[in-house]
Amino acid sequence: MEFYLNGELQQCTGVDANMTLLRYLRERLGKVGTKEGCASGDCGACTVLIADADDTSPQAINSCICLLGSVQGRQVLTVEGLEQDGELHPVQQAMVDCHGSQCGFCTPGFVMSLAGLYQRSLAQGGETPGRHAITDCIAGNLCRCTGYRPIVEAGQRMLTYPQRGIFNEPATQTGAPDRDDRQPLVGGAQRYYQPRSRSNLRAILAVEPGATLVAGGTDLALEITQRYREFEVLVDISAIDSLATIGEEDGYIRIGAGVRYHQLMGHPLLASTPLDGLLARLGSEQVRNRGTIGGNLANGSPIADMPPVLMAWGADVEVVNTLGERTRYPVEDFYLDYRQTRLQAGDYIEAVYIPMHLSRAPHRFYKLSKRFEDDISSVMCAVSMTLDGGYVLGVRIAYGGMAAVPRRASAAEQQLLGAQLTDAVIDNACTSLDNEFQPLSDVRASAVYRLDMAAALLRRALRALRDGDAPDVFELGEVSHA
Amino acid sequence: MRKLTPAYNPNAPAVDPVGKSLPQDSAARHVAGSAVYVDDMPAYPDQLHVAVGVSSHAHARVLGMALDAVRAAPGVVDVVVQADIPGSADISPVFDGDLLLAGDTVHYVGQPLFAVAATSLEAAQRAVQLAQVDYEPLVPRLEVTESLAAEDFLLPTRRSRLGDPEAALAAAAMTLSGEMAVGGQEHFYLEGQVALAVPDEVGVQIYSSSQHPAEVQKLAAEVLDLPLHAVTVQVRRMGGGFGGKESQPAALACLAALFARRTGRSVRYRMPRWADMVQTGKRHPFWNRYTVGFDESGVIQALVMDVAGNCGCTADLSDGIVDRAANHADNAYFLKNAAVTGYRCRTNMVSHTAFRGFGAPQGIVTTEAFMDDIARRVGMDPLDVRKANLYRPGDSTPYGQEIEESVLVDLVAELEHSCDYRARRAAVAAFNAQGGTLRRGLSLVPVKFGISFTTTHLNQAGALVHIYTDGSVHVSHGGTEMGQGLYIKVAQVVARALGVSIERVMPGATCTDKVPNASPTAASAGTDMNGMAALDACNRIRKRLVSFAAQHFGCDEGAVELRDDHVFAGEQVVPFPDFISLAYLNRVSLSSTGFYRTPKIHFNRETGQGRPFFYFANGAACSEVVVDTSTGEYRVTRVDVLHDVGASLNPAIDIGQIEGGFVQGMGWLTTEELSWNDDGVITSNSPANYKIPTAADVPEHFDVRLFQRPNAEDTVYHSKAVGEPPLMLPISVWCALRDACASLCDYRFNPRMDPPATPERVYWAAREALRG
Repeated sequence: MEFYLNGELQQCTGVDANMTLLRYLRERLGKVGTKEGCASGDCGACTVLIADADDTSPQAINSCICLLGSVQGRQVLTVEGLEQDGELHPVQQAMVDCHGSQCGFCTPGFVMSLAGLYQRSLAQGGETPGRHAITDCIAGNLCRCTGYRPIVEAGQRMLTYPQRGIFNEPATQTGAPDRDDRQPLVGGAQRYYQPRSRSNLRAILAVEPGATLVAGGTDLALEITQRYREFEVLVDISAIDSLATIGEEDGYIRIGAGVRYHQLMGHPLLASTPLDGLLARLGSEQVRNRGTIGGNLANGSPIADMPPVLMAWGADVEVVNTLGERTRYPVEDFYLDYRQTRLQAGDYIEAVYIPMHLSRAPHRFYKLSKRFEDDISSVMCAVSMTLDGGYVLGVRIAYGGMAAVPRRASAAEQQLLGAQLTDAVIDNACTSLDNEFQPLSDVRASAVYRLDMAAALLRRALRALRDGDAPDVFELGEVSHA
Repeated sequence: MRKLTPAYNPNAPAVDPVGKSLPQDSAARHVAGSAVYVDDMPAYPDQLHVAVGVSSHAHARVLGMALDAVRAAPGVVDVVVQADIPGSADISPVFDGDLLLAGDTVHYVGQPLFAVAATSLEAAQRAVQLAQVDYEPLVPRLEVTESLAAEDFLLPTRRSRLGDPEAALAAAAMTLSGEMAVGGQEHFYLEGQVALAVPDEVGVQIYSSSQHPAEVQKLAAEVLDLPLHAVTVQVRRMGGGFGGKESQPAALACLAALFARRTGRSVRYRMPRWADMVQTGKRHPFWNRYTVGFDESGVIQALVMDVAGNCGCTADLSDGIVDRAANHADNAYFLKNAAVTGYRCRTNMVSHTAFRGFGAPQGIVTTEAFMDDIARRVGMDPLDVRKANLYRPGDSTPYGQEIEESVLVDLVAELEHSCDYRARRAAVAAFNAQGGTLRRGLSLVPVKFGISFTTTHLNQAGALVHIYTDGSVHVSHGGTEMGQGLYIKVAQVVARALGVSIERVMPGATCTDKVPNASPTAASAGTDMNGMAALDACNRIRKRLVSFAAQHFGCDEGAVELRDDHVFAGEQVVPFPDFISLAYLNRVSLSSTGFYRTPKIHFNRETGQGRPFFYFANGAACSEVVVDTSTGEYRVTRVDVLHDVGASLNPAIDIGQIEGGFVQGMGWLTTEELSWNDDGVITSNSPANYKIPTAADVPEHFDVRLFQRPNAEDTVYHSKAVGEPPLMLPISVWCALRDACASLCDYRFNPRMDPPATPERVYWAAREALRG
């Protein structure tokens, strides 16, 4: 396999399928400017930018949980690639001038995240991004020394220096020979495949029954970096274009399983939904640039944030087996038990389908976590409701973090259906959750708090859908220092 | 050939860098990715990597270990158990008990039992999973309150007394009693623990990420049974320390050194984050209880307080940590009569260790909780109660140190005015009076922090300054750079002392063969001590240079000046490099060591009395929050800080320390929650479930200012230490969250809300307030 590092072609030989980009950079190329802080995609010290070979619009990713094979043919920009003729890039100079580094270990990661924002801002005319855009861009970068103020300030100053793009020109294409994508990209005892079509994907799955599918890898790579597991066969579906599109189909919004979160943000078909606000907190920019909707479903986690949303939308998930046979399940039926789904060996998720009319119904999505940004939910609540003259015409309530699987609150829905939405009716629906859920106590929250929060969030959602939203603490925070 | 040098321009700006906001010495290398950390150092081709097999029990007898599969695993080159250690297996910093590898008993989950050296980190980690360990489980002690009840202490209990607290409590108009469990904290330095050992012909060269290279040297030598001179330890920089690299790095360095000696190969031991969060010590959780007596105007008459540190399974640095918690129970307030007792409780947890503040935060937060409670009881604004109790010059602390400066009263008054406290208090009250689930809270909290190691002998430092023949200067000292800006501050001191520009001064890596027997870089004293030692070295060289200049140019020594990169001797003005070259040719020594011992300090641990601190650093912060009391979610909306760093050597560096300390302390008090399950397994074991603040948690209005008053004590250019004190400023955030919840019961009382104030705990506090 091969990729472009800071504009130069790298031919990778003697690598194994489980090699991460970070390890390759540090251990094989001696490019040690990129740091490992956690090897789990939580701290951002390993942030690099990637772009397609013919593209100059980069995306920040965590190189620690990026499998090397997944950057095949792409450009990778590391902190070593920013200086030009021995001069610091404006992002770097702004960090120095604002005293944005103390111990310096997280600094290359912050520099790369800001560099991504810098390049996007340049593409949009070179205006200084707003404070919120800056904090969002570095939400996946942890700093333990500075308290962030000077780093945010560097983001506010970086475009005031003489401007200089970071990917000035697309990397020179070497015209790599067309490869047979049914053959492994990385071979040997451990194999990494990257098919470009669904038929080749099925062909590979037919001959490699032990294969593990990988899309963004933001969860799967932790098996490698935290538990030192060695996968024998990895099949990367991220090069299959038809899995990575969002479109309208027969009254449904079809979201391909390989669609990454950042593609969903601001998408016109979902513009009427409160999804963007949730996605901003679902994961950091580095994670949103990698994680896929199919991955979020397939890993079967009870605390994934998308399944409750999809349930509130009444979405179906489409599963395809090696014979090409398609089966659609309502998302709530896709989950069987803790970390168990309908997926059998050789199956893959093709897409999710959201009925257009349900996607346009009023929704509220609330995520509760210890930390506001980039944290796993204690409780995730998604509610969809249509009212007619104060009466509930339709309602869908779904939770994450409340059971072994993401689940709908059927009893509460039944209580609400057809009822006039008075405060008393809302309270009764909220109370019914106590009988419907038996959540666990764990490191994120106690069972009693989860139960109380399930009710509090449902009450907030139903009142908001009835009366309009009350201000929340996060809005008030912004207002007070305006 | 004579070099042309520009003539001295008397109108050029002075080059004296002291007091200037110079960037951190490595800033340009940080942003370029070229600053080298231990794990960035090039590998020898035959380098080995270390992993350890650890206990899965909190307390158990080890009946046997089957390691054959480990030895046979791919890539494994060497395996060691305790019996393979040639010297001492005990690597404790002060008291005995910290074993490099466990013997027949394990005392916490994650305690290393054996170690593997293999050809890759992954091979080593996979190999250790293959061990079969046979345990006989014993009953673990996991609750500090149980240790306290059973008097299961690691070290003797210590007491400080002032006046007659029992009589004063009995006579007080009002009393309050309470208890508080204070959470610990994971350091989460971004660079995990790491060491690299390279064998040499006499011993071993160690590159460590350590705040205390001299201790790493000593312990590695003892483990290897070598004299200290056969082991050299170098620390160029750490990727964060915060106290977590004071005693903890020794184990990694010792194992790497042991394998290096056994195999003759270079050995790298980098602890992955998941292992670091389990195997290394954290900030001590505390359990504190108190009775405070006060009069109708909220003035404290007496305090009786017990602080119980959860030390984990060994003493480590806990003696000093519990001392500091106890002797900061007064925070900024004159207690009149006090009895403060500190307990060092044993539990079957990883041994808790130093963390910025070193126990003081856990004492102070308890005191600030009851300051608010006193205010509710007497119906006063909490700020007025705090102001009424602030120390004045002449007051005595419970440990017998007299307050000499009157910074606190002036500083609090200045912040109260500049942050518009009164008007904002009225606005918060008006907002909350509207009712509803959203509530605002406000709090202004002072902090006083004693500066010096309470272990008196550690208050010594050494430095080594060289001037080379081109006039460039190299400075080394025993202090380590962990991001706090020590290197640049000392370089600024050296530049002023020699009268040269900062560009001439290069800070060198800290190394045990340059400056021996150095104390840890800790207790906020890095600049105070190493700056003074470097100044001493400079003064010695300077004296020689002045004497030489006077003799050479035929003037009085009093007529010689070193400033602005020149030497002025009578009518002569010579550029510094030319003068140095001349001095060299005239055989003047251009190198010197320097030494410093902190004056005035003494402390008797037995009586709990003395002057443990050279001086106090002070500060205050006002924080405002908004809380959704229906869920416990909250946001910090505004922070104003005024902090006393004396005459700042470098305002940008000092402000960086204050801001960074504030946010780190805010994390400790809000989202950072350590948790263990009933088997003693730490469940907050990853950044996915242990949440330090992000940029979005910091309010846009975060105004940090320096209190403008030089240190009355003779510190380095009358500056003050800044590393730890700001960590306690965000106690104002915690108090403001509680203040917001108290609005639900019309401020009749404060609900209990033991830190950290996670959304869940804020929610329960709000529920308690609502119940009335």
